[in-house]
Amino acid sequence: MRATTPRQDLLRGMWNENPVLIQMLGLCPALAVTNSVENSIAMGLATFFVLIGSSLLVSTFKRFVPHEVRISTYILIIATFVTIADMLLEAIVPTVHKALGAFVALIVVNCMILGRQEAFASKRPVGRSLLDAAGTGVGFIIALLMMGAIREVLGAGTFLGISVLGPHFEPWVIMILPPGGFLTLGVILLFLSWIEKRRAVRPGVRDWPEGVASGQKAA
Amino acid sequence: MMGELIWILLSAMVVNNFTLALFLGLCPFMGVSARVETALRMGAANIFVLTITSLCAWFLNSFVLPYTPYLRLIAFIVVIASLVQIVEMVIKKLSPTLFRQLGIYLPLITTNCAILGLAIFQTNRGYDLLEGLSFAIGAGLGLTLALVLMASIRENTELASVPELAKGMALVLIIAGSLSLAFMGFAGLLSAS
Repeated sequence: MRATTPRQDLLRGMWNENPVLIQMLGLCPALAVTNSVENSIAMGLATFFVLIGSSLLVSTFKRFVPHEVRISTYILIIATFVTIADMLLEAIVPTVHKALGAFVALIVVNCMILGRQEAFASKRPVGRSLLDAAGTGVGFIIALLMMGAIREVLGAGTFLGISVLGPHFEPWVIMILPPGGFLTLGVILLFLSWIEKRRAVRPGVRDWPEGVASGQKAA
Repeated sequence: MMGELIWILLSAMVVNNFTLALFLGLCPFMGVSARVETALRMGAANIFVLTITSLCAWFLNSFVLPYTPYLRLIAFIVVIASLVQIVEMVIKKLSPTLFRQLGIYLPLITTNCAILGLAIFQTNRGYDLLEGLSFAIGAGLGLTLALVLMASIRENTELASVPELAKGMALVLIIAGSLSLAFMGFAGLLSAS
């Protein structure tokens, strides 16, 4: 495994290895709650909080966690932070908490978070793990915001509840319903692979070390 | 009473299909839907784990969680994951054939959002034991249905000439979108719930 610079640790998760758009992790929340920008932001921030918190704990206590029970330990740590996030959201923004429903609790089984603990936080120093968690968390927020913005603007003609397309726009209701989630992500992926193809001649874009990249899929 | 249970089952299976309407259990939906046979096995393993989960959730909700509501998530995760492990060992001992067919999928499923989602929905809706069980079986059948439909379509797209750009996940997502659109047609089936 080649060493990475702190800058790479931070930036990698944001775009080149974006958890949702490139690694296809954490799809359930990315599709389920992105029917409005507000919900996307709340879900993104909650996931960011859980990711930072659990990366901090996992990489601090990595020496004391026996190898055989590491996954269960990570899940327990994550579940604790999700419980905190759930209660915080309920206290601060009750309406959003209600709109997100069970999906706040389901952050526990977001493969992206467990993936970062297993691939990064359990092997690296605390500072690097925090950088990595911050980068991945921001990448997740970026992906959710892209989905949320496209779906809310097309599906309701609004952005954060403010009308942007004028009164004559007939909303594409399908975009805020479940099929719209699948279609939006599908189209974004098409667009990304088109960009990828156009700049395929440029070398070095995917020049990240093996292992940390961890493109493997969790179930 | 019987009618009520059948409605819960049907509603979880087609109207609020876990994968296509609620986006739960997407990882296996994307990962193991390349062949119909694997999709069927994954579906069977899912029905099995969901039923166990429903029993666990009912037990925890009735006897443990009224005293410690803040432990809900942690208790669900720990109890479900360990019970599935135990059941896996029992199956391995009693029926090696069944273990070979379901085996590799069982541990994978445990951390799948559909499982925890079922436990949470069941709690939020206040289902009793029988209602919970029919909800679990309906959800499992729905997952299997979605997986098998997806796998059959994907087997056919292998022979079709798909544009180079759309190959891979983009195609799968767009097919899933169309399937989800088709499943919205079931929405009129239930008027009351």
